[in-house]
Amino acid sequence: MNSFGWDWSYAISTLPDLFSGLKLTIIATFFGSILAVLIGLVLCLVRMAQIPVLSGLASFWIQLIRGTPLLIQLYFIFYVLPGWGLSLAAFATGVLALGMYYAAYAAEIFRAGIEEIAPGQWEASLTLGMPIPRVWTGVILPQAIVAVIPVLANMVIAMFKETALLSSITIMELLAQGKSVGSIHFRYVEPLTMVGVLYFIVSYTAARMIRRLEGRHAIQN
Amino acid sequence: MQSRIDPSGSQTLSPATGMGPALLSMRNVSKSYGDRKILDGIDLDVAPGEKVALIGPSGSGKTTILRLAIGLVEPEEGTIRIDGRYLWHEEDGGRLRRASNKHTRQVRRSVGIVFQQFNLFPHMSALENVREPLVHTIGLPRPEAEKRAAGLLAKVGLADHLTKRPAQLSGGQQQRVAIARSMALQPRVMLFDEVTSALDPELVGEVLKVVRDLAHETDMSMLIVTHEISFAIDIADRVLMFDTGKIIEEGPPSQVLKAPQEPRTRQFLRAILER
Repeated sequence: MNSFGWDWSYAISTLPDLFSGLKLTIIATFFGSILAVLIGLVLCLVRMAQIPVLSGLASFWIQLIRGTPLLIQLYFIFYVLPGWGLSLAAFATGVLALGMYYAAYAAEIFRAGIEEIAPGQWEASLTLGMPIPRVWTGVILPQAIVAVIPVLANMVIAMFKETALLSSITIMELLAQGKSVGSIHFRYVEPLTMVGVLYFIVSYTAARMIRRLEGRHAIQN
Repeated sequence: MQSRIDPSGSQTLSPATGMGPALLSMRNVSKSYGDRKILDGIDLDVAPGEKVALIGPSGSGKTTILRLAIGLVEPEEGTIRIDGRYLWHEEDGGRLRRASNKHTRQVRRSVGIVFQQFNLFPHMSALENVREPLVHTIGLPRPEAEKRAAGLLAKVGLADHLTKRPAQLSGGQQQRVAIARSMALQPRVMLFDEVTSALDPELVGEVLKVVRDLAHETDMSMLIVTHEISFAIDIADRVLMFDTGKIIEEGPPSQVLKAPQEPRTRQFLRAILER
């Protein structure tokens, strides 16, 4: 083993630990995405509904989240909130922070999708006397959500990479596992390179799949 | 918004047919977009069953008349009544005040519209498009709504296309679905907004035929914005010529379309025919 070379057997020996980290990374991304999409949709609708005070609050919340780093939000939930009596487990903190952070982006994505719907859809619905809630659930949202699925999917890929930040609050996700393995053997070249390779393989494969789906969607239309 | 109102606007007889009180009645209606006055003090009465063709250059206000009649836009001035009921106002001890949204929604239900761009719901089949208002506006049970929707689609010649989405249908077929959909609530007044303008020429005929059949078979009143002059001659009881937000000439088609008095009407018809 020399410190500037590359030791294949060491690199491969890190994989079981790295895979367990990757598993946690994927689980965090999965729950974070669900949270982001749900909160994002609610934020978007509250904001667009022009409810006095509430819409303004939603709007401010989105700006606040987008205007501060995810790392700060993570620290805030993990280190500050317990001081105010609200403490969450590390993993719950991570998923919550990811979900809330990306919800602000998802809200903007949904809004763009809704605004893209031709005004004629509203006009047809209103002139047919349909109740407003049904116009949303039956006409506007089904079209808007389908239209933004590729953008949301790209958001999930971005979130997947951002989960590396969770290593800073003791969660043993992919990056934390790499660092831990390196610290045990006093050698970081192989584990951290493998960590990078794993992030790349997963996000590249996912991006290719989205492209394929988009292509098929375009052909169908 | 405060509207100026003419309280003396009692029920009037339609000049063309004299068939009892007007079903659609506009008094001194004006509408602007920004600085541009689109309609300027329009009075219009349409009798039950009357078919009125609206012609005129683009921007003359004919489409806006339809959008006002179904309550998609609100006039700055004047009143609109449908079957005797004010669209935007409620009577309150002899005076008129701004009506609730619910009132407006109720009144506009007797009016249907077919748009130039069809405005079908692209994620629904033809059948689902027609079923939608039956289920969600008047609350029919699904099987009943489905049966009625299928009947309406059969009437416009689409019995074999019930499960197709708009993207799988030709423009003419899409517009016929849209006609069936707007017929679903059995409106008493139907508005047609240049319903063949977005179609390829070879598809115009099938849509005009459907509208013509409707005009002959039903006692609905119709307001039809169109550039198809021979079609207007065929089905209209009365023709209104619009220019710069006013009705500048009106009368039976034999007069307005065949022997127009106004130079502007003559010029417009010449331009249409030379197209």
